[in-house]
Amino acid sequence: MNARLAAWGFVAPAVVVITVFFLLPVAGALVLSFTDFDLYALADMRNLRFVGLANYLHLLATPLFWQALGNTLYFVLVGVPLSIGVSLGAALLLNSRLARASAFFRTALFAPVVTTLVAVATIWQYLFHTRYGLLNYTLGMVHVSPVDWLGDPHWAMPTIILFAIWKNFGYNMVILMAGLQAIPRELYEAARIDGASSFRQFIHVGLPMLGPTLSLVSILTMAGYFQLFAEPYVMTQGGPQQSTLSVLYFMYNEGFKWWNLGAASAVAFLLFGLIFLCTGALLRLTRVHGAT
Amino acid sequence: MNPQSRPNVGIPRRDVIAHTAALLATAVFGAWPRRADGATGDSAAQSLHPITLRFWLVGHEAEVIHELLPEFERRNPKIKVAIQHLPWTAAHEKLLTAFAGDALPDLCQLGNTWVPEFSALNALEPLDARIAASQVIRAEDYFSGIWDTNRVDGVVRGVPWYVDTRLLFYRRDLLAHAGFDHAPSDWNEWARMLGVIKARAGSERYAILFPLNEFEPLLALALQQPEPLLRDGGRYGGFSGDGFRRALTFYVEIFAKGWAPLMSNTQISNVWTEFGRGLFSFYVSGPWNIEEFKRRLPPELKHAWMTAPLPGPHGPGASIAGGASLAVFRSSRHKDAAWRLIEYLAEPAVQLRFHALTGDLPPRRSAWLDTRLASDQHAAAFREQLERVKPTPKVPEWERIANEMQTIAELVVHGRFSVDAGTIELDRRVDAILEKRRWMLARRNSA
Repeated sequence: MNARLAAWGFVAPAVVVITVFFLLPVAGALVLSFTDFDLYALADMRNLRFVGLANYLHLLATPLFWQALGNTLYFVLVGVPLSIGVSLGAALLLNSRLARASAFFRTALFAPVVTTLVAVATIWQYLFHTRYGLLNYTLGMVHVSPVDWLGDPHWAMPTIILFAIWKNFGYNMVILMAGLQAIPRELYEAARIDGASSFRQFIHVGLPMLGPTLSLVSILTMAGYFQLFAEPYVMTQGGPQQSTLSVLYFMYNEGFKWWNLGAASAVAFLLFGLIFLCTGALLRLTRVHGAT
Repeated sequence: MNPQSRPNVGIPRRDVIAHTAALLATAVFGAWPRRADGATGDSAAQSLHPITLRFWLVGHEAEVIHELLPEFERRNPKIKVAIQHLPWTAAHEKLLTAFAGDALPDLCQLGNTWVPEFSALNALEPLDARIAASQVIRAEDYFSGIWDTNRVDGVVRGVPWYVDTRLLFYRRDLLAHAGFDHAPSDWNEWARMLGVIKARAGSERYAILFPLNEFEPLLALALQQPEPLLRDGGRYGGFSGDGFRRALTFYVEIFAKGWAPLMSNTQISNVWTEFGRGLFSFYVSGPWNIEEFKRRLPPELKHAWMTAPLPGPHGPGASIAGGASLAVFRSSRHKDAAWRLIEYLAEPAVQLRFHALTGDLPPRRSAWLDTRLASDQHAAAFREQLERVKPTPKVPEWERIANEMQTIAELVVHGRFSVDAGTIELDRRVDAILEKRRWMLARRNSA
């Protein structure tokens, strides 16, 4: 009994902090999502109505919400595999026995993660400028006509994905390197003695041993990529033709541009549900895969 | 919709929180820097202790206000002015957040379409009594359409600081080549000119630029119509009425005939360069572009462009009453001092210095009597247009409605809707946006 009390004493500070700064606001937002809290309610609470599920139903009938959802899924489905692929590639290169100055490259490749997003996004805007950008200048030297990277609805999202991958891959790279280094050398050695090529060594030894790390990395990355906001906010403001409007950006507009906090909370919970489902599905997939 | 007449039973919750917080802070720190809501007047302006006015400004105006303030502080040694600079992209959110957090400044530069919104929040001080007593600010000296934007339900909540409207910028030389020696004065003449210019310009160039992501050109055409954009006291959209349908039909025709390119602003990297190159001969824009065109067009085109009032359906038409106002917040402890600053900034001489610093056009007729402004040939069209400006519907939801209007207009231009189907869809969306407003008005009427 005493031990239980002591245990509660130890966790109490954390529980209090989580309750006050996380659980209560989340519960508040859930209640808000069943109301039409808006500018008028802000002025006078008597203008608040409970509307039940109306916010959710209205959202599902809003074309712009579906477009935002489509854009976000595009970003996640293309961005997450690419991002993890780049991270894995970089980790393998840095982990290779042949790599020179790997400490330097490790730091250099990790640098984008610790830079300020707004600052580097501004620099990328210059790089991608249609007329004065370095990228179009380089393409011009090989006679490719300039691409309106951030102004063309077809190119804007790929550009954002490219930027997000560059900004984030270093983080996963470090986790994957740790995973690679934890694989006992003996396993590779045994495979080599059996005559496996280095590619087959990676497929049959490295990759399975890296499984748990990879599933962790993909879940974290996916949850993060679903919450796309800052990149389009700084670089495109959701345009052109709403092609880079993400669900979170849509929520931000509902909440802080039009001040419909009830509807914005409903968006938040829909996004939460979606991330929850996708994460659950991914977890299940890796478990089933791991069991066989 | 008159917040003044709203019965105020019970204390709003946020006031309770604010007061509790203030009480706590007083207990802890001994003093609280500001009183919460409901503080009236102030004697601080006259008292011995100097006061600091918190003044929020948006955009370029914030950068030049430093030039104007020393004179005010010299005349009022007891008042110091603390400026905070907000970017246009974040100003609206910042103000609403400040309202929610009870942290509004004493006075603010407010886009005049925001006045209805902050009036609905009951955040703005009514100014009628102060204006009636003022030696400086006389309502009849202001352009009436501009002054009207600050009057919400009969109560004046702001004083116009500078004006913004949209009218024609055009290439005089290209019009002359096409055989026209003057700007168009009505839609028929305008359409005829657009057709001739486009025929001469070929497939790569156009007669006019209406950026598809800007709602202002269509809004100006719509305001020229006698029918209001919202019906029934701002309860329902009036977009499927004859007036807006006429405006949208004309707007869409300009694209359908190929007179205007299907482009948004982001696809034209530099409108000034393209105007100089003759990509288009007409451009509907605002006063800030006078300076920009003077500065950015090559010297040989110095006399090749001119401004003209916006053509209307039958003769010179109305345009948008835009611009920014100065407003005092109800939560301010220094309303008298804030009003003094507004009066100072409204003096015609100060307005002219302000114009020289920013290019912003003054909202007072007396300021326009000054020779420098009166002889500016590019500003002359604005002087004429300002007598014919109309405010947009004064409902807090307006900005959202204007965005929907342009979204639908873009779809109609791209052929996804016919004009009739588009306006019906637009009214459906607008009615949904105004649902809360209808409910509140009905409730107030039954109470």
